[in-house]
Amino acid sequence: MEQSTVTAAGPTPAERFDQLIAAGEKIEPRDWMPEAYRRTMIRQIAQHAHSEVIGQQPEGNWITRAPSLRRKAILVAKVQDEAGHGLYLYSACETLGISRDELNDLLHQGRQKYSSIFNYPTLSWADVGAIGWLVDGAAIANQVALTRTSYGPYARAMVRVCKEESFHQRQGFEIMMTLARGSEAQREMAQDALNRWWWPSLAMLGPPDEQSTHTEQSMQWGIKVETNDEIRQKFVDQTVPQAQFLGLAVPDPALAWNEERGHWDFGEIDWDAFWEVVRGNGPCNRERLAHKVKAWEDGAWVREAALAHAAKQEGRGLAATA
Amino acid sequence: MSTSAALFTYLLRLGDDNLVLGQQLGALLSRMPELESDIAVANVCLDHLGQARNFLTYAAEVEGAGRDEDQLAMLRDERGFRNAVLMEQPNGDFAHTMARQLFVDAYQVPLYEGLSGSVDDRLAGIAEKAAKEARYHLRHSCTWVVRLGGGTEESHRRMQVAIDAMWPFTSDLFAADEVEAALVADGLAVDPVSIRPRFDTAVNGVLAQAGLRLPEDPYQRIGGRQGLHTELLGHLLPELQALYRANPGVEW
Amino acid sequence: MTDRATTTSAPTVGGYPLWEVFVRAKRGLNHVHAGSVHAPDADTALQHARDVYTRRAEGVSLWVVPSAAIVASDPDGRDDWFGDSKPYRHPTFYTIPDEVGHL
Repeated sequence: MEQSTVTAAGPTPAERFDQLIAAGEKIEPRDWMPEAYRRTMIRQIAQHAHSEVIGQQPEGNWITRAPSLRRKAILVAKVQDEAGHGLYLYSACETLGISRDELNDLLHQGRQKYSSIFNYPTLSWADVGAIGWLVDGAAIANQVALTRTSYGPYARAMVRVCKEESFHQRQGFEIMMTLARGSEAQREMAQDALNRWWWPSLAMLGPPDEQSTHTEQSMQWGIKVETNDEIRQKFVDQTVPQAQFLGLAVPDPALAWNEERGHWDFGEIDWDAFWEVVRGNGPCNRERLAHKVKAWEDGAWVREAALAHAAKQEGRGLAATA
Repeated sequence: MSTSAALFTYLLRLGDDNLVLGQQLGALLSRMPELESDIAVANVCLDHLGQARNFLTYAAEVEGAGRDEDQLAMLRDERGFRNAVLMEQPNGDFAHTMARQLFVDAYQVPLYEGLSGSVDDRLAGIAEKAAKEARYHLRHSCTWVVRLGGGTEESHRRMQVAIDAMWPFTSDLFAADEVEAALVADGLAVDPVSIRPRFDTAVNGVLAQAGLRLPEDPYQRIGGRQGLHTELLGHLLPELQALYRANPGVEW
Repeated sequence: MTDRATTTSAPTVGGYPLWEVFVRAKRGLNHVHAGSVHAPDADTALQHARDVYTRRAEGVSLWVVPSAAIVASDPDGRDDWFGDSKPYRHPTFYTIPDEVGHL
């Protein structure tokens, strides 16, 4: 609670901002905020939103080929959720005074990023399982922390996303479990998917703390509440026993339980490969962006038509009742 | 034809319509004009897939040969599919997707409302839920046909092209044979001919509002109910079925 | 969201105006702000709101409101507007002997 006595001078907006952060209170859209906070927040929320939207593609790649009608329906619902999550996040980002059009342009021009993980191809049905289990698992580890982030609209969007996301991870694990217990070919499919998705899933949680340019300031502002390495360790700790349950081998010879730390030790992530993907040279960067831009451009005439129709209706004073 | 054989075929027709359409709509996610429309098309897709599963599961039970929904969906070839040929027409641009959807919705609303009164409780239950979904779909497709028809010059042209392209496949929705005849007499099925006036009223109403017209060419392509499809279905099915067929007898 | 950084012009997508979405979770509850959608007109906005914000049967009723139509209080005037607390408006201000029981 605030002090009930108000002095004539009162705190400056900057002091007020710092007080709110220090008190663990949320920053809300119309509050004064440092320009760098606003920029950081826009960058982070936009990147998150873009990731959800581009994230429709790798799994969407298997909708028409899902091996059962039940799996097909689940996959459509999941890919739809990703579009929905993108929308919640764009909504939150727009409260910072940037429009969805601008965000779209920034993505299309490659000036804002999306998660590196979606630049890998889905080559078998097991990849759909691996994405749900590993990629969504890693994302959840990150997002649960973000429900406590200092920017109110972002935190609220994360609460909603997290509620919906746990179905994603569970359906992925169920696919992996079915494959791991299935035929020899299915088990191989599952192991191959784990082999290909394990390291990218660890890397997607971001560069190690000592290399992360944004971490310190972001922690100070309560934008990040856990560091990349903390979240990564948490993810490894929870996922390794799941892989053991599945009877699948985690592709890391250095993986070992560390009694002293009470955590799993794991091997060195190939950060050069990670940065190469971030720089745009991953296996699918170009296709993913081209797919997104094409959908947007193909839809231009529809959006123009809808606006023209709305303008005509408004001209007739009918907009509200159309 | 025995009642159960007729019912089996009838349920395949209902199920295949929704399966083939759901399969097509599923390919549109992430490809729509804006994010909100990706979400909308996914909802419509999920409704059709859900209906397909209900009808095919029931069909499998009526058949009593130990098959399930997936075996019916994945192991029949082109000639075995009983969907109306409209469903297999390609997504095309947004106008084509909406034209196909308008015709499907205008057909399914009276169909399902009629089937809600079937003496077959199982069928009536499936149809009652499906009718709610179809009414929402119709509202959605009408919204867009009106906006495209009355939007810009380009959208009007595209919407008219799409109506012209999809219309020749609409009569197949109403093509009845001895299957329907056997079931209608017993109060199980809806006579497709009886719901045609409601379809025409809905379609003519929305086209008038959108400033669009039906093509003058009376040509209609029928045959889907007997498994005589357009060549398109033969390209759609392999994508649907390949993975299932490559791994016989396993769980997914 | 209801209170956004820029108030004069609502951000647009493809030129679509922004709409705020309010969902009534069940009968007997208020409509609560859920988020926003972009849409060309009211009817489309309502359909988008249904598709986006009630995918898991979260609502029984929806409102959409043009974002530009929302008037918000100024956060800088916060203390002037909301700072004044009158403790005697709250029940805990009054001391009632325990033996009086529930009051």
